[in-house]
Amino acid sequence: MHSRKPFYLLVALLFISGLAASIYRGIEHNVPFLPGKQVQSWAVDAKVRFQATGESAEVSFSLPEDPAYEVLVENATSPGYGLSITSDEEGRRAVWSIREAAGQQDLYYKVTLIPTGVKQIAASEEPQTPEPYNWPATEKAAAEQAIEEVWSRSATNLSFAQQLNKALTAAERSQNIELLLSSNRPARLFVRMLNSKGVPAQTVSGLFLEDQRRRQQLVTFVEVYHDGQWHLFNPIDGTQGRPDNLLIWDRSGKSTLDVIGGINSQVNFSMLQDTRSALATSIDVMKNSDALDFSLYQLPLEEQSLFKGILLIPIGVLMVVFLRVIIGIKTSGTFMPVLIALAFIQTTLLTGLVGFLLIVAFGLMIRSYLSQLNLLLISRISAVIIVVIGIIGLFTLLSYKFGLSEGLTITFFPMIILAWTIERMSILWEEEGAKEVFVQGGGSLFVATLAYMAMSATWIQHWVFNFLGIHLVILAMVLLMGQYTGYKLLELRRFKPLAGE
Amino acid sequence: MMFARPRALASQGVLGMNKRNIDFIGRYNPRKYYKRVDDKLTTKQLALANDIAVPDLIGTVSEQHEIAHIPEMVNNRTGFVIKPSQGSGGKGILVITKVENGRYYKPNGNEVTPSEVDRHVSNVLSGLFSLGGNPDVAIVEGLIEFDPVFDGYSYEGVPDIRLIVFKGFPIMGMLRLSTAASDGKANLHQGAVGVGVDIGTGKGLHAVQFDQPIDFHPDTNKKLIDIAVPHWDTLLHTASKAYEMSELGYLGTDMVLDQKRGPLLLELNARPGLAIQIANGRGILPFLHHVENLKNTAMSVEERVAYAKKHFCSTAQP
Repeated sequence: MHSRKPFYLLVALLFISGLAASIYRGIEHNVPFLPGKQVQSWAVDAKVRFQATGESAEVSFSLPEDPAYEVLVENATSPGYGLSITSDEEGRRAVWSIREAAGQQDLYYKVTLIPTGVKQIAASEEPQTPEPYNWPATEKAAAEQAIEEVWSRSATNLSFAQQLNKALTAAERSQNIELLLSSNRPARLFVRMLNSKGVPAQTVSGLFLEDQRRRQQLVTFVEVYHDGQWHLFNPIDGTQGRPDNLLIWDRSGKSTLDVIGGINSQVNFSMLQDTRSALATSIDVMKNSDALDFSLYQLPLEEQSLFKGILLIPIGVLMVVFLRVIIGIKTSGTFMPVLIALAFIQTTLLTGLVGFLLIVAFGLMIRSYLSQLNLLLISRISAVIIVVIGIIGLFTLLSYKFGLSEGLTITFFPMIILAWTIERMSILWEEEGAKEVFVQGGGSLFVATLAYMAMSATWIQHWVFNFLGIHLVILAMVLLMGQYTGYKLLELRRFKPLAGE
Repeated sequence: MMFARPRALASQGVLGMNKRNIDFIGRYNPRKYYKRVDDKLTTKQLALANDIAVPDLIGTVSEQHEIAHIPEMVNNRTGFVIKPSQGSGGKGILVITKVENGRYYKPNGNEVTPSEVDRHVSNVLSGLFSLGGNPDVAIVEGLIEFDPVFDGYSYEGVPDIRLIVFKGFPIMGMLRLSTAASDGKANLHQGAVGVGVDIGTGKGLHAVQFDQPIDFHPDTNKKLIDIAVPHWDTLLHTASKAYEMSELGYLGTDMVLDQKRGPLLLELNARPGLAIQIANGRGILPFLHHVENLKNTAMSVEERVAYAKKHFCSTAQP
């Protein structure tokens, strides 16, 4: 007896790789494990407005880059302008340009964002120690005093930033700080004071996302580097940490909007919250990141829906293998129940069962006449196929006339399979009697019904199409059942007299 | 409780369908030899070459136009049997027990017209009774004159003896008796009575119908375990020889007793059913394992039969 080890290894390999592929799909590509899951998305419109001076104009506008939000779709509209989107270490920017513009100009940038759940801003590399800021002579003494005072109360870069932020936003501020604030904006001052002690920090612009808000402005935050991460501080109210609904728009530390050839430039934001299917969202995200190169989602919709049906067959086959090998149910034709179940998906169960029984019953009546004609087998089967088509046509017409729309779906039954079923049942009837026909026919319908119930469950349909790895798992299960040498459930009843109990 | 506990069955050595297919048929029956048993004509020719007695071959019909020659073939015969070469489970067998002035009669006395015979043969040739509907050959055989020893045990049909032969050792036997319920057929699932037979003596052990134990034949009320199969040694020898002839390790042999010629081999089966265990009231696995564990398997037919009679009889522990 040869070793079964390689076989079990293969099964384990299939099982694990199938499961791993599915989990990877779910976690890495955010494909939802359950169908019908919804996600929130934000549609943000930025409107850049400026007065053109009549010369050539160039507008550079930074685009959002935030680990907490993923860009799903973005587009910029502005008639007459050339547009390019650039990307470098400092972030992505949209650059509009035009040879000649005069008067009020409106440029639009629209983006759809989905939250990723990542709240922290990890630094990709350790930032350089900043150059200390050169304070003007009038502020130098005050700044140094104020910095030293806070520095002495802190232990780490982070606690220094916390203390400093507190000192800058306290209700009762020291003279020194009042002096500094009179000539510096709070965020800028905060960054300069941090930099003076060699703490990496920069201003960032953020946008509070609130449903159905219009004419919103960017808010300035300060991010401070500590221990591989950037920590956000609000220099206005002195709080630390990231508000849940904050979208970080610009982390370049430079101006968000640069306009050459225009004056009075400003940018306004409006936003709208939306819910959309988690699955469709993940597919869109995959499309953006070219993760779709070898995937069913690339196919045209019609082929996709075809595959949705085809990929259900392994489930039906698994059902048949289980019911025959483990339970021991007799069916007429090995995989006939799967094909019937596929038809049931189109017709729905009750209509399908009634239609199937009607066709087979009519077919058997006509087949009994054919058997008297003493035909060769091949012509008899062919005749039955033609008769089945006739029966299906007749039922379709009748149900149309009577306004039974369910009856129209009867055309989904596989005709060749029905013809063979009728032929087999008929021979079975002649040789083994009606009882065996009902046992095997009933068994087939029972298996078909169970296969239908498995194949029509929405979460199974969702899984077999979106997690292709599951088919490896099914393959492993089928192989494993092919090695099952134990008793079938029905044998436990059949051999009961031998059990010696 | 409708269901037996799996462990209870396993401890009785009951062989299930899955285990039979994988561990015995799959392992001991090479695919390439199936043709020797699935095609009755091949089996018959092999048997004749190996000095195994089979029913007389009157002739074969393999083309539709040869059907016209059947009356010539059966001329001078009192009766004959037409069967499909690749049929299974007794399908498509036509038995004519009386030929009178060119008219044919079935065992129950009903007349069969020559055109009905022609149509039956035509159906056989077009594959109505063969696996997968393949075109087939009709075999015309001489009538078996059943040994009257089973009179009263079988209702309107052919009693036959099924032996399971594993690697040449006959390990379990069963007599199949037709009943009114089985419509004269000897298939257990159709209601025939199965009587487990002691390998050592050929005597009845235990009887079942529809998988349930019974004591008396439902139609003739004869006590079933009183039965004793004559020519038992010849039957065992024939079955054991069929192993060398077919080269199938796990084999079912079907034989009948002819009044004059003794045991005749009817057909061989590469996938014998499991009901023989119910008829014997015991599982077959201990016997199979016994043979599997034998060190010395290079035995002659006589040695194998002697070994089987000693070790697989009802009184021995396998």
